[in-house]
Amino acid sequence: MANTPDYSWPPMDARKIMGKPYKRLDGPQKAAGRAKYTSDLKMKDMLFAAYLTCPHAHARITSIDTGAAEKMNGVQAVLVIAEAGKELQWHGQEVAAVAATTEEVAREAILKIKVAYEVLPHFVNEADLAKAASRGKAAGEKVTGDPEKAIQDAEAVSDGVYGIPVITHCCLEPHGCVIQWQGDQVMAWPSTQFVTGWAGTLAPNLKVPAANIKVKMDYIGGGFGSKFSPGAWAEVGARLSQKAGGKPVKIFLDRASEQQIPGNRPSAFGKIKIAGKKDGTITAWQSDTWASGGFAGGGQPPLPYVYTNIPNTRLNHVSVSVNAGPSQAWRAPNNQQASYLTCSAIEDFAAKVGVDPMVVFDKNAGYTPRAEQYQYQLKKAAELSEWSKLWKPRGSQTGAVRRGLGIGVNAWGGAGHACEARTTINPDGSVLLEMGTQDLGTGTRTIMTQVAAETLGLQMGQIKLAIGDNSLPPGGASGGSTTVGGASSATRKSGINALAKLFEAAAPALSAQPEDLEAVDGTVRVKSDTKKSMSWVAACKKIGPGGKISETGANEQRNPMGLNSGGAAGVQVADVSVDTETGLVKINRYVAVQDCGLIINPRLAESQIYGAIIMGISTALFEERIMDNLTGRMMNSDMEFYKLAGIKDIGDIVVHLDIREVNDKRGVIGLGEPPAIGICAAVGNAVANAIGVRVPNMPMSPMHVLNTLEGRNA
Amino acid sequence: MSSTKDPKPKNAVSRRGFLGGMGIGTGAVGAGLLEREAMAAPAAASVVGPGPVPITLNINGKPVNLTVEPSVTLVDALRNHLDYTGAKRVCDRGTCGACTVILAGKSVYSCSVLAIDAQGRNIETIEGLPVNNPISTAFVNHDAQQCGYCTPGFVMATKGFLSEHPSPTMDDVKNGLGGNLCRCGTYMGVRQAVLEAAKNMKGAKNG
Repeated sequence: MANTPDYSWPPMDARKIMGKPYKRLDGPQKAAGRAKYTSDLKMKDMLFAAYLTCPHAHARITSIDTGAAEKMNGVQAVLVIAEAGKELQWHGQEVAAVAATTEEVAREAILKIKVAYEVLPHFVNEADLAKAASRGKAAGEKVTGDPEKAIQDAEAVSDGVYGIPVITHCCLEPHGCVIQWQGDQVMAWPSTQFVTGWAGTLAPNLKVPAANIKVKMDYIGGGFGSKFSPGAWAEVGARLSQKAGGKPVKIFLDRASEQQIPGNRPSAFGKIKIAGKKDGTITAWQSDTWASGGFAGGGQPPLPYVYTNIPNTRLNHVSVSVNAGPSQAWRAPNNQQASYLTCSAIEDFAAKVGVDPMVVFDKNAGYTPRAEQYQYQLKKAAELSEWSKLWKPRGSQTGAVRRGLGIGVNAWGGAGHACEARTTINPDGSVLLEMGTQDLGTGTRTIMTQVAAETLGLQMGQIKLAIGDNSLPPGGASGGSTTVGGASSATRKSGINALAKLFEAAAPALSAQPEDLEAVDGTVRVKSDTKKSMSWVAACKKIGPGGKISETGANEQRNPMGLNSGGAAGVQVADVSVDTETGLVKINRYVAVQDCGLIINPRLAESQIYGAIIMGISTALFEERIMDNLTGRMMNSDMEFYKLAGIKDIGDIVVHLDIREVNDKRGVIGLGEPPAIGICAAVGNAVANAIGVRVPNMPMSPMHVLNTLEGRNA
Repeated sequence: MSSTKDPKPKNAVSRRGFLGGMGIGTGAVGAGLLEREAMAAPAAASVVGPGPVPITLNINGKPVNLTVEPSVTLVDALRNHLDYTGAKRVCDRGTCGACTVILAGKSVYSCSVLAIDAQGRNIETIEGLPVNNPISTAFVNHDAQQCGYCTPGFVMATKGFLSEHPSPTMDDVKNGLGGNLCRCGTYMGVRQAVLEAAKNMKGAKNG
């Protein structure tokens, strides 16, 4: 093969399997409770682990005595994680762990571990920057243009204070794994977003070669960015297993720990000034922000968001360290914060100058990297939300229940990650597609099977797929919306490479050259004379008994060959009703216009967007980590008081996938993150529009709404 | 939670209501159940435990013997002591519904029932349903699952709900399935799936 084969996607109208709304292949197993998640695994002699965690927000361990726990019947291993002298920086931090024959024994044993703490001063609430004192670390000021002059010369200036709290991933399957360490071999069944990379991260901690760590995962019960690394629990589980003579150990966080320690979305607060003209043109931006993602502090969100080219800007940021659990990537890291701060400030500027925010977002689209795209989407979102009919100027409504509309925007990359796939064609015609990737519930199994079937001219049922194993060709981490682009491109390339070999084997029988053949509808045939054809099985027989074709293909991030690309944009509109007597915010309708590339499965793509919005509505209405200033503890490390939206709380959701040929030509673009970004922004703006005053802090809970209405914010 | 004007939030599942009635949704927490359960409780139970005791659970029509501490919940008995893992342990205190099973015909959160108390009543778990049962199939048809961890609980809650509301409206569905939570955000599909399951199950009965 001297020339690079043509890997390009078939034209939109020629696709037979791709672009069709196949039901997810693992759906029946999951929906009937037969799918085995890691937390469902049960194996011979398996031990159950439990953690002892720190009850204080900041403390030093002065002594720890595990004697009584070790003597308990059924206890097989006790591991001290934090020795005497160790300083602990948050409530819930791990102190010790026990592995026992039953979970009941393990849980009872940790209660028998005696720990004495020297309690130290703590700081857990970053909302009021004035109280942060030495816990805040300023980042350098960033200035573009001449913001001072632009603000001085402006016809109008708006000021606002906004805050978006720490929220937790609240994965339904907690963080953890089943792990077995025998000699220099480790076998692990994690709940992870990165099967291929898991061993390499754990290996140095155990001082075991990564090659000796075998990793398998069939199903994962949610990750959302918090399950890339093995986590401390993998090492703890492995050490317990080793101590217990190599028995497998199941170590999963309980719900309280799950809410406290394995990651969260950092907060962001900001005082923002926007200046501009009376017609809504923005000329200057000034923001003083602060944020916390736990003890390590919190970075600056990318501001101003989407409207990145505002000519005169001044940005200051303070990272605040608090004594609370650390952050992890959260479905479009720092973009929700940035979108909330930016869109809120733009809406407030629009209200200040008395111009419809739809007009202001549109008028300033020149500051975005893709003006035409955002303008197209604003128009579409206005149409679907009946903006011109339903939107009323801020503060013009009376009555107890008031309706409002608000806008949120998003931008994301979503190009494919580095990923490899292997397609094997056997002489009996059977096909195996192997890749070390994972299906987070996004539909990776289904989508990759579609790509393989399309490429080989076969039906879905003729492709056998193997994923979720680190002995398979390397996959990437499922984060950043990069899986669909990377894995589909790798699948396509390995399929085309395998076909080239098959065509070499079959060409003589069709009296043709290999490059003149194509695989369509279960046949291998001559492109220019499609009557000259043979069945797929007959073609595969030409491979010869005992032989097989096995070809890999890889997506290269630097050269995706047009198969995938990045850069997704979206505009969303929330339509809410606010009861000014109770403070309850109800979603009437939520409209999402989402730019996408080539859509492999519209059913699953829509599910991604619905899911992103529903999760976003949950964060906009209910979710926040509540820290108690006095004790330093997280008050709602459960699911009763850490509230998630239920089936009745989400209103009606209208998704408009922007499937057009011009977008299709961009190749595959990931969709997991972009639609999850702008929901707090849209809902917050809708509430402000409805009640005539800005509720500064998310979520739009009755407490926050009523506090604002009654002037209790200060 | 979101209704601003509904005088009696029908989907509200209070912890107290749950613990008393061990039911979810609108049907199970109806008037009278609490009292019936209370009357059915033995007047003076014999003291057992705290160590493991032998118990017998009737799971999907079959008696299963096991030995557990009296403090073991039904979900832990099913998952850890046996191998019925369709019911998931998520919140572990009667909030999310991922552990829903049907006990004596009523949906319950199995994290909030002691295994020892579930003796003598039939326990239906999702493993008792065929893979292609009409409810699970409807969930697949409407892509009412992503990671799928909450799904078996939703399917069992739907079964319990439809047994009391065979012809639900969309509003009934929104109220009746309010006791189950999903993190991936599959509620749009769930709404349609429950309506389709209702339709197909009625069709099957009539046919």
